Amino acid sequence: MLDTIMPFVWAFLVGGAICVLGQLMFDVLKLTPAHTMVTLVVIGAILDGIGWYDPLIKFAGAGVTVPITSFGNSLTHGALTELRMSGFNGLFSGVYHYTSAGITAAIVFSFFAALLVRPKG
Amino acid sequence: MKLGKQTWLFQEPPVIISRAAVVGPDEGEGPLGKDFDIIHDDPFVGEKSWEKAERKLLEEAALLAVQKADMSIDQVDLFIGGDLLNQIISATFASRTFGIPYLGVFGACSTSMESLALAALTVSTKFADYALAGTSSHNSTAERQFRYPTEYGSQKPPTAQNTATGAGAALVARKGQGPRITCATIGKIVDMGITDPFNMGAAMAPAAADTIKTHLADRGVSPGFYDLIVTGDLGAVGSTMVRELFAHSGVPIEETTYDDCGLLLYDREKQQVFAGGSGCACSAAVTYGHLLKRMEQGELKRILVVATGSLQSPLTIQQKESIPGIAHAVALEYGGGQ
Repeated sequence: MLDTIMPFVWAFLVGGAICVLGQLMFDVLKLTPAHTMVTLVVIGAILDGIGWYDPLIKFAGAGVTVPITSFGNSLTHGALTELRMSGFNGLFSGVYHYTSAGITAAIVFSFFAALLVRPKG
Repeated sequence: MKLGKQTWLFQEPPVIISRAAVVGPDEGEGPLGKDFDIIHDDPFVGEKSWEKAERKLLEEAALLAVQKADMSIDQVDLFIGGDLLNQIISATFASRTFGIPYLGVFGACSTSMESLALAALTVSTKFADYALAGTSSHNSTAERQFRYPTEYGSQKPPTAQNTATGAGAALVARKGQGPRITCATIGKIVDMGITDPFNMGAAMAPAAADTIKTHLADRGVSPGFYDLIVTGDLGAVGSTMVRELFAHSGVPIEETTYDDCGLLLYDREKQQVFAGGSGCACSAAVTYGHLLKRMEQGELKRILVVATGSLQSPLTIQQKESIPGIAHAVALEYGGGQ
């Protein structure tokens, strides 16, 4: 029973902690939304670079794969994977290895949204 | 006649012979809804862009004010207007429709009283027989220009204010029936180092307090001289600060009723407007729609409208400069002798 519930609890707590961090950057440090987001992406990228993000995913699951830090993790992860497979050039070709699906989806869906609805601002 | 350093006393006070206020849906649903001439349910006002919508609001308010005086726009000598957008396009493009001499002014949200003071000046000096003062703002054009695209869904802190959608216009003449413009105090920039564009109330409050204090000193009266002293768009944060500033400097504001157009325009309990309303349309629509109506109904005899402006640009905010605040005051009187 507890084994079934705990992954959800950890995902909620760890994911929530990342969001609290973002909210603090926003409210206390008065960072702009863009600066807040980019800082979280860079934190994710650094955490993967030093090998901490994969253990975090094992521990908290969606709690760390859903927040934007995961995007930073994917950037570094792709670059490092390609570096191992195809050498120095892989650093550049691999950056979008894991993130291309997400970026392409954002562009495609934005395109259809722009066709179907009027912008609000 | 100049009183003190900053106050103009009009010895033959010009008259607001007619006025009009046009607003969007949220403003129409607010507590002052019944005082506005036109309430639009569609924030696009039937236009293709937000900018065109704002321009149309201003055109409607201006033309309606002229029409209410049984005049045509050609009979008006001068239009003095402004808004919040780059190159004050709402006022400028509306003037293209009017086809009469035009002076564009920018004082951010203080433009409403800046333009009214200038209209009174041109009329009282006989450089114009009829001068029209008008300002506008639109929530969506202001969000786009000063904040973030609304689709971005950026959070706002409770100190943020909601730019009003609407426009107000007043037709000023040398003689006629209506509230008289007795006095105007031109504000100076006060900058206390606020850098947060989501706390404009705090950025403008010191300027408002400065202009009110100067006005009272120049005119040699105490706050009780007025039935109402109203600031333009300080909202909950800024108007509380103004009260504190008065308490500190010993201005007995309790002698009169002090209020803020940004607090009057919306029901903050029911409408999501954070600290209250802002924008050129906030003070313009509340003054020309609500306050002048109350004067005509005999509820208010003398009022001081202090429109407040925060004069930042998106670029100066990005370059981390503080926000210069300004406030212009216009004193209005109705009924009785001079």
